[in-house]
Amino acid sequence: MTDEDTMCSPNDKDLSLSPNLEITETCPSVKNILLLDSDGKRVAVKYFNEDWPTNSAKENFEKVVFTKTQKTNARTEAEIAMFENNIVVYKFVQDLHFFVTGGDNENELILATVLQAFFDSVGLLLRGNVDKKEALENLDLILLCIDEIVDGGIVLETDPNVIAGKVASNSIDSGAPLSEQTLSQALATAREHLARSLLK
Amino acid sequence: MAQPLVKKDDDRDDEAEYSPFLGIEKGSVLQEARVFNDPQLDARRCSQVITKLLYLLNQGETFTKVEATEVFFAVTKLFQSKDMGLRRMVYLMIKEISPSADEVIIVTSSLMKDMNSKIDMYRANAIRVLCRITDGTLLAQIERYLKQAIVDKNPVVASAALISGIHLLQTNPEIVKRWSNEVQEAVQSRAALVQFHALALLHQIRQNDRLAVSKLVTSLTRGSVRSPLAQCLLIRYTSQVIRESGNNTQSGERPFYDYLESCLRHKSEMVIFEAARAITELNGVTSRELTPAITVLQLFLSSSKPVLRFAAVRTLNKVAMTHPMAVTNCNIDMESLISDQNRSIATLAITTLLKTGNESSVDRLMKQITNFMSDIADEFKIVVVEAIRSLCLKFPLKYRSLMNFLSNILREEGGFDYKKAIVDSIVILIRDIPDAKEAGLLHLCEFIEDCEFTYLSTQILHFLGIEGPKTSDPSKYIRYVYNRVHLENAVVRASAVSTLAKFGAAVDALKPRIFVLLRRCLFDSDDEVRDRATLYLNTIGGDGSVVETDKDVKDFLFGPFDIPLVNLETSLKNYDPSEEAFDIKAVSKEVKSQPLAEKKATGKKPTGLGAPPIGPPSTVDAYERMLSAIPECANFGKLFKSSAPVELTEAETEYAVNVVKHIFDRHVVFQYNCTNTIPEQLLEDVVVIVDASEADEFSVLFSKPLRSLPYDSPGQTFVAFEKPEGVPTFGKFSNILKFIVKEVDPTTGEAEDDGVEDEYQLEDLEVVAADYVLKVGVSNFRNAWESLGPDCERVDEYGLGPRESLAEAVYTVINLLGLQPCEGTEEVPPNSRSHQCLLSGVFIGNVKVLVRLSFGLDGPKDVAMKLAVRSEDETVNDAIHEIVASG
Repeated sequence: MTDEDTMCSPNDKDLSLSPNLEITETCPSVKNILLLDSDGKRVAVKYFNEDWPTNSAKENFEKVVFTKTQKTNARTEAEIAMFENNIVVYKFVQDLHFFVTGGDNENELILATVLQAFFDSVGLLLRGNVDKKEALENLDLILLCIDEIVDGGIVLETDPNVIAGKVASNSIDSGAPLSEQTLSQALATAREHLARSLLK
Repeated sequence: MAQPLVKKDDDRDDEAEYSPFLGIEKGSVLQEARVFNDPQLDARRCSQVITKLLYLLNQGETFTKVEATEVFFAVTKLFQSKDMGLRRMVYLMIKEISPSADEVIIVTSSLMKDMNSKIDMYRANAIRVLCRITDGTLLAQIERYLKQAIVDKNPVVASAALISGIHLLQTNPEIVKRWSNEVQEAVQSRAALVQFHALALLHQIRQNDRLAVSKLVTSLTRGSVRSPLAQCLLIRYTSQVIRESGNNTQSGERPFYDYLESCLRHKSEMVIFEAARAITELNGVTSRELTPAITVLQLFLSSSKPVLRFAAVRTLNKVAMTHPMAVTNCNIDMESLISDQNRSIATLAITTLLKTGNESSVDRLMKQITNFMSDIADEFKIVVVEAIRSLCLKFPLKYRSLMNFLSNILREEGGFDYKKAIVDSIVILIRDIPDAKEAGLLHLCEFIEDCEFTYLSTQILHFLGIEGPKTSDPSKYIRYVYNRVHLENAVVRASAVSTLAKFGAAVDALKPRIFVLLRRCLFDSDDEVRDRATLYLNTIGGDGSVVETDKDVKDFLFGPFDIPLVNLETSLKNYDPSEEAFDIKAVSKEVKSQPLAEKKATGKKPTGLGAPPIGPPSTVDAYERMLSAIPECANFGKLFKSSAPVELTEAETEYAVNVVKHIFDRHVVFQYNCTNTIPEQLLEDVVVIVDASEADEFSVLFSKPLRSLPYDSPGQTFVAFEKPEGVPTFGKFSNILKFIVKEVDPTTGEAEDDGVEDEYQLEDLEVVAADYVLKVGVSNFRNAWESLGPDCERVDEYGLGPRESLAEAVYTVINLLGLQPCEGTEEVPPNSRSHQCLLSGVFIGNVKVLVRLSFGLDGPKDVAMKLAVRSEDETVNDAIHEIVASG
């Protein structure tokens, strides 16, 4: 009966949706970066948007993602899955589970690039000893690393050497983990460790 | 790191579970944060404390307002330290705390100092922090530095400024837009990521300026964009430009297609995929355009990287919905993906194959799927079941193997949603493929023998009751149904009783046996079950003799219930048992958002003594009351429908008039609502002179003038017409408002005695087909449609010519017909090439009408429509077709 109402609605929809859609659709964006342990507990997580507004929403998401990916073999190549209309790419090493989440319209390969950047730069920073214990002992480096990869959802840097370099250059002080060596040495050993662990 | 507290955990080996944060507590860490205030800062210690604070926040711990403020102030002290590592942690901490506006001021000067530091890392990070926490006022102060930073020779600094610009554009667009020149310069940067960030910002600044975006794309697609990420952006902007320039390219080559195609040969997989996906999503993409994109996606299918396989198969799956033929080349690669370790990839591959497969490959495919079904999650299984359903509808000859597959998986373990998807699919196949009916019904019968879901059992029993009696041997279903009466809960038992009764009513040969079974149900422990059995025995059984069941009885017992429950509830509440028996036919069938407060049976005099209605009466109710107050309308009978008001004047004219069309069986009453908007005038003897020369089947019966129309108090005048009984009659009416104007003295409000006759031209008014149709929904369209049968159907096809979109065509036709869309079918999914829309309503004369509209795109813009109408009255079918044919 309300002809006027229904007549307006299709147009209104178009007008209100289009500007928002453009922003979110055109710029590749990351919704979160997660680093969990082999029980699904947080080592370090960073959320870049409001899709999961509360801590419990975040924990639920982590739980779903963790349990559904737990049994897959994501140790040689990054794996991929969809949860709640999000694409999640992930990779495991030792007792650490790396995840990067994006919207369901996102280019999967961009997310995979971000994941690889995160994974490799953590490998460099931990000098190849990538496990939970080492990660927690160097949590500052992990957090800085995430901070250097994505800023507010936008990809900041994807080259692991550059990322690790930016993070490590901040740690040149007495007693910090990389202090015994110069930066270039540290990166060289890290790469060597990484290469060796890949050959195993 | 220092460990203040170490908790013992008995279950775990302490060595293996060692964590620097074991037993960490917020309170003690906040205590530790006091070291920030030491005059001699220990940079390493401070870094550790910040790490602990960040760890707590990361684990979901929250700080109170007071705690956060304390930590923030303490952290600001750390700017004194020259230690780079500590400074970096300070930046991180400030961002995590997100300080309030007055706190921001405290750190502003420190951050601004860092922004001008010689150390690149300080500059870059200070910019990111300051832009994250700042508000608009501060931004004006630092704008100069930000502009400089955008063109800084250090790429890290430039990127930091550009990304901050992207974030700030959301809150302070006018400031960021002033940076265009610098951003444009940064687009030319040799540093890959600077180019990416600059391009993203430049596009966002210009996104509302189509021409500028188009220019940007034109210049960049010719030049060299270095980073793969920037290239992906450019591809997205290019498809946007293509999309927006869409219309004028039908004739020739699509602009920029060459660029997209060239990106398919890029060295980065990210760019290749982005371009391939962009091509598949082009509006009205041709198969020639698709081919190169499909080729690269096909290569990805056999990649060793799961992410690449997933991306490719997901895109091809989408393409298969609209262009199944284009994807068939990939079928062999697709089949090898069925056994992919990654179940998402396997499921996508299967559903793609089901869409593109041909009849001969069905059996082979089903064999592969059977092996695969046992080890995937329910949600994937549902996707497969739905794909199989559509496959079966596509190849009805293959129903045997597909139906067998469905019945097999129905017997296996599974959750409700999965089982429901299977049952729904079987029901649809039974409905659409007559040969599959008997086998399908037996599968369902076997399923309810061991079904844990009450909802599914009752749905299947209901369906059996409708379909079972129409089969060659109805008796074989009785056993399954009657077993339910013994073995199930009360809800299922009651449902089984109804199903038994349906068999009894429909099949005379079964009546004696059904009666025996129903009588046994009279002793059930549940009263609903007993009530149903009693009702059915009395209505169908009568005195126990076997007679053919009356059609009215059948309709009453098993016909669709088309009265909205709200209306029935209101009527029952108002029903006074001392008066005549409750008549369900008097209950309105119209779906109303507001419940009807009161309903008067026709011919009954208003009592006038009843309690006044509570709250404002609904419109229909108000109209009925208003019309029944006009003596001339008394014998018009029941009001069929009142239209929404139609404006007959422009807004803000001297006299505002709108009209409501009241439709009766043999009459039409126009109610003109008039408002006088001139304070200096009083109108008297207001009447509308209607010229019905273009509506020859209508004859004027009477016209009821309005005595007086003072300023700003609306009044009504009525004109009534007689029209042929029970049929829709259309016509166009022109209207002139006639009245006597009297001047009013604005100071006293007194009107002069003498008036002048005047008239005022109103817009024309039309009575159209939609006025004779009530929007009445049906609860189950399929059942209602089936119950009318193909004999009552009239089908025809119409070309609707070029249309803006499919959705627009659907919307127009629904409005033209004035029927109620059912089951959400008025929504057209984006990019679909065809759509089916279900409508229902009641035509004048109380004839139920169901309409099935099938729309299809024919060529780029032309829409073709198949209109199938079912109703009990052929003339109504014709009338509906007439609406479309003339509309």
